[in-house]
Amino acid sequence: MRKHSREVDVLIVGGGQAGAQAAIALRSQKYDGSIEIVGAETDLPYERPPLSKDYLSGAKTLDRILIRPETFWKDRSIRLTLGREVIAIHPDEHTATLDDGSCVRYAYLIWAAGGRARRLGCEGGDLDGVHTLRTRGDADALAADLSSAEHVVIVGGGFIGLEAAAVAAGRGLRVSLFEAQDRLLARMSSNTVSRFYEAEHRRRGVEIRLGVEIERINGRDGRVHSVSLRSGEQIECNLVLVGIGIIPNVAPLEAAGATCSNGVWVDELCRTSLPDIFAIGDCAAHLNRFAGGAVVRLESVQNANDQAITVARVLTGQRQPYDAHPWFWSDQYDLKMQTIGLATGHDATVVRGDPAQRSFSVIYLRDGYIVAIDCINTTKDYVQARKWIGALRRPDLIALNNAEIPISMVPNKEL
Amino acid sequence: MPTITVTDQSGAVRTFEPMTTGTLMEALREAGFDDILALCGGNRSCATCHVIIDPEFSGRLPDLGDDEDDLLDSSDYRVASSRLSCQIPVTQNLDGLALTIPPEG
Repeated sequence: MRKHSREVDVLIVGGGQAGAQAAIALRSQKYDGSIEIVGAETDLPYERPPLSKDYLSGAKTLDRILIRPETFWKDRSIRLTLGREVIAIHPDEHTATLDDGSCVRYAYLIWAAGGRARRLGCEGGDLDGVHTLRTRGDADALAADLSSAEHVVIVGGGFIGLEAAAVAAGRGLRVSLFEAQDRLLARMSSNTVSRFYEAEHRRRGVEIRLGVEIERINGRDGRVHSVSLRSGEQIECNLVLVGIGIIPNVAPLEAAGATCSNGVWVDELCRTSLPDIFAIGDCAAHLNRFAGGAVVRLESVQNANDQAITVARVLTGQRQPYDAHPWFWSDQYDLKMQTIGLATGHDATVVRGDPAQRSFSVIYLRDGYIVAIDCINTTKDYVQARKWIGALRRPDLIALNNAEIPISMVPNKEL
Repeated sequence: MPTITVTDQSGAVRTFEPMTTGTLMEALREAGFDDILALCGGNRSCATCHVIIDPEFSGRLPDLGDDEDDLLDSSDYRVASSRLSCQIPVTQNLDGLALTIPPEG
């Protein structure tokens, strides 16, 4: 045994949604071995989604977004080692080395280290006033900076960028959002949804520019002063928020020999290629039936939670493959978007309702089957569509298109 | 603070006083009722904070919202007095409330 070493039955690396839920699920499955969570952040496990919504706006404080109160972890004998990272794994010895030099011997390891925000690689990407938004610390820094900003530039038209744009615009700030693709939410949504959100943000005064790339960020006295576009144009601003996705945190696993490519590969029981090492959450690349059998990483609370439950079950003797319906939500202004399924590889869409009424759904089909649905202020569709997703029946498209007919009442297509 | 009696999924009954002034969901989570997953954090985007209120108390609660009503339909265990606990603010009005946490699904 090395110096500063300890032993634990289950070592969970990562104190976010996936890591916390793994510990919670183990205890609710009556697992009575020792559990330790090593988390890079110093905060108790908290919910990340509000960071770009109610937490950023100030509507919710940290104590209201904690996944569990502080006493919970003590009461359930879950050791929290916070502000520490695992820097190396030795699968043969079943040990992990932390950045304080200590060593933990584990029987099982659950890797739930998530990802880190991708930064702009261009010149000026590290200036003061250039933010990313992944952690509570990021959100606090951004919120503090927003309070003295006048003109905010957001780089990236994905959910993080759009939700933050809504918060900033809600404060009356001038907001410009730059997206490299020719539409917002290009990676995950249909053109109808993209154009709807584009129009909504513009209506609230957000300047949206599509198909533009950032050449560099210019500073003055070490702080952001303006952004230069590839076209040569220069836009003055006080603050830049970069929302261009995450990079999965898997380096120690990869170094230990785990199969990795855009995250760490796991099987249907969330096992990596290394013995007794599982991976869950944002960093776990898995074959997903709802993605038409493609290998995907899903960055969502749903995936974190359901994969955590899968591993907790395996460790308590129940081998139930991960096969949960993907779901997701986004709040912008008074718009509630709820998605179920994955639009990956869809070949047709059907719109129910009227985007002009600010209440509509877009249904994504592949080979005539419903694979996903985006519901904007249409919770009823969101709830009723679940039974169609992953089901071996094709809907009648004319009925599906008629918002007067509840989705649950849409007949199967005549063969 | 009000006193609330909870029957959890295992059938165990426990009475507690909420420490929070937020929602019933937050109060249940703080009081250590693990059955309450509340995955969306009280955002009306899931139904994992579903509770069944003793019908005697239903009248004391705020009216059922449209989204709440729709989301509750996703549960196989919905009954007439089902609510999403994230939509119920904790007030003295809840004193004596009895509720049951139904199974998931």
